[in-house]
Amino acid sequence: MKQKQKRLSSFLVATALTLGSGVAFAQPYDTGATDKEIKIGNTNPYSGTFSAYGSYGKAQAAYFKKINDDGGINGRKINFVTLDDSFSPPKTLEQARRLIEQEKVLFLFATLGTAPNSAIHKYVNQKKVPHLFVQTGASKWDDPKNFPWTMGWQPNYLSEGRVFAQAILESQPNAKIAVLYQNDDSGKDLLAGLIAELGDKKNMIVATETYESTDPTVDSQMVKLKSSGADVFINGTGPKFAAQAIKKAAELGWKPAQYVWQVSSSIGGVLEPAGLDNSVGVVSSAFYKDPSDPQWKNDPAMLEYDAWLKKYIPGADPTDGFYISGYINAQTVAHVIKQAGNNLTRANIMKVASSINDLQLPSLLPGVNVQTGPDDFSPIERMQLARFDGKAWVLLGKTYGR
Amino acid sequence: MSALTKNLSLLVGAIALCALPFLVEDFRVFQINLVLIYAIAILGLNILTGFGGQISLGHGAFYAVGAYTSAILITQLGMSSYLTLPIAGLVCFLLGVLMGFPALRLAGHYLALATFALAIATPQLLKYKPIEHYTGGVQGLVLEKPMPPFELTIFGNELSEDRWLYFVILIVGIFLFWIANNLLSGRVGRAIVAIRDQPTAAAALGVNLTFIKTATFGLSAAYTGIAGALSALAVAYIAPDSFPSFLSISLLVGVVVGGLGSIPGAIFGALFIQFVPNVADQISKSAPWAVYGAMLLALAYAAPNGVMGIVNKFIKRRQT
Repeated sequence: MKQKQKRLSSFLVATALTLGSGVAFAQPYDTGATDKEIKIGNTNPYSGTFSAYGSYGKAQAAYFKKINDDGGINGRKINFVTLDDSFSPPKTLEQARRLIEQEKVLFLFATLGTAPNSAIHKYVNQKKVPHLFVQTGASKWDDPKNFPWTMGWQPNYLSEGRVFAQAILESQPNAKIAVLYQNDDSGKDLLAGLIAELGDKKNMIVATETYESTDPTVDSQMVKLKSSGADVFINGTGPKFAAQAIKKAAELGWKPAQYVWQVSSSIGGVLEPAGLDNSVGVVSSAFYKDPSDPQWKNDPAMLEYDAWLKKYIPGADPTDGFYISGYINAQTVAHVIKQAGNNLTRANIMKVASSINDLQLPSLLPGVNVQTGPDDFSPIERMQLARFDGKAWVLLGKTYGR
Repeated sequence: MSALTKNLSLLVGAIALCALPFLVEDFRVFQINLVLIYAIAILGLNILTGFGGQISLGHGAFYAVGAYTSAILITQLGMSSYLTLPIAGLVCFLLGVLMGFPALRLAGHYLALATFALAIATPQLLKYKPIEHYTGGVQGLVLEKPMPPFELTIFGNELSEDRWLYFVILIVGIFLFWIANNLLSGRVGRAIVAIRDQPTAAAALGVNLTFIKTATFGLSAAYTGIAGALSALAVAYIAPDSFPSFLSISLLVGVVVGGLGSIPGAIFGALFIQFVPNVADQISKSAPWAVYGAMLLALAYAAPNGVMGIVNKFIKRRQT
C-alpha cells in the first residue's frame, strides 16, 4: 500500500512538472481535486424496486448544478458523478470501485441504503476514501474507531429512541412504557436508544414485544402490551404494522400516549389505514421542514427551496420528502467543501467533516443542527416532535436530542 | 484447421488469458471477474433451458444458495474459500434435483411460474429469523477476500486480490465449460436434447426421462450455485438484497442473448447483463430500464438466435 502511494505521488509530481506552468503544486490536493474542479462520487437506485429513492440523488445533482451556476465553491465547480446501483450490494461495490479507481473521485457522498453501504464499508475504509453522509438510518455508520472514513447523516434510530425517551421523561416522568418493535437492527437500535437515555430509570419500560416482517398481524402483541398496564406506547414498526397497531389499540380501548417513529409517520400510508380518528394525538418526530406543511408557506428557506425545485427539477412532486432531504444533505457537504478551503486532501475533508460545530441549515427545523466531532460521527441527532390533530402533523416546538 | 494451428491458437489464447488481468487496472479485473461468474451461471441455466428445454425463472435462488453456502462455511467454520466451492455446488445440485421432481409434472409456462416463486421467496427466506445467526439476516455477511498466495509483478501491476481471484475463477470456469462441453456433445447431451424435442420418442428409445430430467436440473443448479459462491468471494459481502428476483430474469436474458443451446454463448450473455445496465445508466437516469429494454429489443430483432446465432452464420458463410 505504502509503495503504491509512493508510486502514485511520484507519478503526480512528475505529471505536475511536465505540465509546467498553470499547475499550482503548492496546493495540497488528493486525487479528484484541482484548481478548477472537485469530483464527488455517489450511488443511488435509479432503477429497480427502490427507484423511488432515486429522488435523493436527483436532488443532490440538481443542488450542485445550482452551486456551479452560482460560480462553484471557492472558485471550484463540483463534478457530481452519480451512478445507478439498483439497490443491489454487488452493483454498489462495482460502482463505488469505478468511482474511486477509475473516475478518481475525491470522496464518496450520500451513497444510499443500508445494505448497499454495508457492501462498500470495508472497501472505502481500506482505501481511506471519505464516505460521507450516507443516506441511511442505521447507527452503524457512527463508528469512528473501526471505520474512521465513514459517517452517517440523518438522525439514526438510536437517536430517535433517545428523543422519545427525553420527551417522556419530561412529560410523564412516572410513565410505564410499552414498546413494540421490528425484530431487526433498526428496531433494536430504537430500543437501545430508549434504554440509554432512560439510564437508571430504564425500569420504566414495563413491556417489549417484537414481530417479524413476515408476520400477518401484530394483534396478539398489542393485547399483551395492553395487559402490561402501560400508559405510553412506542410504536417502532414498519408502516403496515404501525397502522395495525394504532387501529388495534383503539379497538382494545387502550389509550396510552402513543409515539410512532418517523419511518411510519406517513399520513396516507399509515394514519389513514389506521383510521384518522384513531390516530388523533399520536406523536411522531421530524428534523426538516415538511414542504407540504402550510406553516412554512412563507418561510424564506422554503421559498428558496420551492424556487430551486421548480427551476432545477421541473415537474418534481413538491411534497416528495426525499427531495428536501437530499437537498439539505447536499448543503451539508457543500459546507464541508467550503470549510476545507484549498486543502483538498482526503484526510482534511474527513477532518473538516468530523469537526462541524453547530451548523444551522435553514431547511432544518428550528433547533435542529448539524454537529460532529472526532468521536461523534452522527451529524444530525436532534428532532422535534409533532402531534397529529386529525388532519396534519402539528409541531410541538421543542427540540430534543443531543 | 490443422492440428498445429489449433494447438498454436490454443497457446496464444492461454497466454492472452493469463496476461489480460495485468494489462488492465484492478477495477476492470473486478468487472471481468463478474463477467466470468455470470458466464458460469448462465451456462448452468443454458444446460437446463437451452439444451433441456425447461424454462427456469428461479436460478437466482440457486445463485443465492451457492453464495450463502460458501459464506456461511467461511464465517462459521473458518473453512478455506476454495473448498467451499465444490460444497456449494453439491448443495445446489441436491436442491436442483429436488426442484427437478415437480419439474417432471410441470411443463412449459407452469414450470416457469413455479421456479419464479422460488426466485421471489428467496430474498425473504434469507431474512428468516431462526437462521439469522448463520445468514446475518438483513445485515448480511462480510467476508475476507482470498489473499494471493505469493507476490508477483507483471507489467508493473502486482498480483492483487482481484487478479488472484481472476485466475481462480478462470480455472474453475474453464473446468466447468470443459465438463459441460464433454457432457453435452456426448450421449448424455443427445439424451437431454432428445427429451426436449421428442420426449415420447426419447422414452421409446430407452432414455430414462425421470433420471435425465432431474439430473439436468441438478447439474444446472450446481453450475449456478458455484457461480454464486464465486460471487460471494469476489464481492466479499452478501445480503438478501444481493439476490433480488430480478437476478433470475437477468440470467435468463443472458441465456437468450448469448444463444439458447450454445456453450460459448454464455460469455456473450454475461457481457450483456454485466455491461448493458451500466450503459443504460449513462444514457438516462430517469428511465434506465426503458433504455435497457430498448437495447434488448434491438438485439432480439438483429440477432434472433442470440449473439452465437450471428457468429455461427458468419462462420458458415466463410466456410462455403
